[in-house]
Amino acid sequence: MFNIYSSIFIFAALGAVFVVAPFVISWLIAPRNPSQRKSSTYECGEAPVGSAWIQYNVRYYIFALIFLIFDVEVIFLFPWAVTLRSLGVLGLIEMFIFLAILALGLVYAWKKGALEWL
Amino acid sequence: MKYIYDIRLIFDFVFSLGARLWELTGLPLWLYSQIKIVVIGSILLGVISLAVMFLIWLERRLSAHFQSRIGPNRVGWQGSLQAVADIVKLLAKENITPANADVVVYLLAPMVVFAAAFMAYIALPVAPRLVVNNFSLGILYILSISSLGVIGILMAGWSSNNKYSLIGGMRSAAQMISYEIPLVLAVLSVIMMAGSLNLSEIVASQKNFFDWHIFRQPLAFLIYFVAATAEINRLPFDIPEAESELTAGFHTEYSGIRFGIFFLAEFANMMIVASIVTSLFLGGWHGFGFLPPIAWFLIKDAFTIFTLIWFRWTFPRFRMDQLMNLGWKILTPLALLNIFVTGIRMFIK
Repeated sequence: MFNIYSSIFIFAALGAVFVVAPFVISWLIAPRNPSQRKSSTYECGEAPVGSAWIQYNVRYYIFALIFLIFDVEVIFLFPWAVTLRSLGVLGLIEMFIFLAILALGLVYAWKKGALEWL
Repeated sequence: MKYIYDIRLIFDFVFSLGARLWELTGLPLWLYSQIKIVVIGSILLGVISLAVMFLIWLERRLSAHFQSRIGPNRVGWQGSLQAVADIVKLLAKENITPANADVVVYLLAPMVVFAAAFMAYIALPVAPRLVVNNFSLGILYILSISSLGVIGILMAGWSSNNKYSLIGGMRSAAQMISYEIPLVLAVLSVIMMAGSLNLSEIVASQKNFFDWHIFRQPLAFLIYFVAATAEINRLPFDIPEAESELTAGFHTEYSGIRFGIFFLAEFANMMIVASIVTSLFLGGWHGFGFLPPIAWFLIKDAFTIFTLIWFRWTFPRFRMDQLMNLGWKILTPLALLNIFVTGIRMFIK
């Protein structure tokens, strides 16, 4: 068990190190002369207007909710898909009922206009 | 000859030799297996970097040909060392950190994006037994890890404190939630037929040419390919970095090698998608003899990547609402339908 999952952490660390190394090299050889103009926020040459950390309307809020429902559903589907052959027709029908309810949910959201980009 | 055919034998030989030497030192064996993974990971990093350099050259040359230009042809034979020159240039460029940025998150973002891409390679078999760790949950692991990259993109977009970056990051998240569902559902129909989550076993189930899932699951293949193109932000789904409206999207404020890392991660992600397409739909390392399995895998991989590059110069970019519509109103219902059809077909035969 330890051997199987330790590789994930080792790879995460290796990936991070692989990114840090060029940062360090570049820090050593690249020129550094920052100025106020240079380090100001880029806005196509204009002086930036205000901060970007504002509250703005995230339009896909309802999409995110539907996504959450479907993502959880998919987790249920994975073990079912693997064992489908041994589950037989009954397992197939049961999952189809589950899927049909979800598909109905999608149709309902669609009809309610939740899938429109407002 | 045997070693060319099965590269894994070389690794077996070297690591068994290493194990002998390790026993002489008397240190615990679990430490050796960890060091083994570090060594394999480092080799893999080298291979990925080389492959990315090759792909950058390939993409630039192909793009040039698609547009009746010549493209880079000065550095090395036919410009093949252009990527090396580019890396040196990027390393020597000044790194501009915007004054208003959240510096910690700003610097962590490229790391998250690349590490997420790199971690997915653990469960990717390129030839029989040639895989870092043969997870029994292989494809599920790859799907979950590769969708972590969007967190890095969001971090980059938010921490830059730039309006273009913020919108780019948000769009990337919107794209992820729209295309994750059809993507996973398309993969599910393949899993139903193969009866396993392990990529090696899925590939093993496609031994004969007409068992390749592209023939048994053509719809799933199309859905997966479209959704995966959207997941890795390639054109025509590259609205997170749409240069005509958002300058460079989430990496507007990144300069020098920091931008280079995002570029590297994009190509690393492209290779993962191409490898998954190859393993799930194109029969993985199964070929028509006369070449070692890994060569067949790489040929199919290269062809898939070529198709992705081809897409870039063929399709115009989608608008945000069109993109969401395609994901939710076309691909998701189609993928659900495909699961129904696959299930019924499996039991009617």
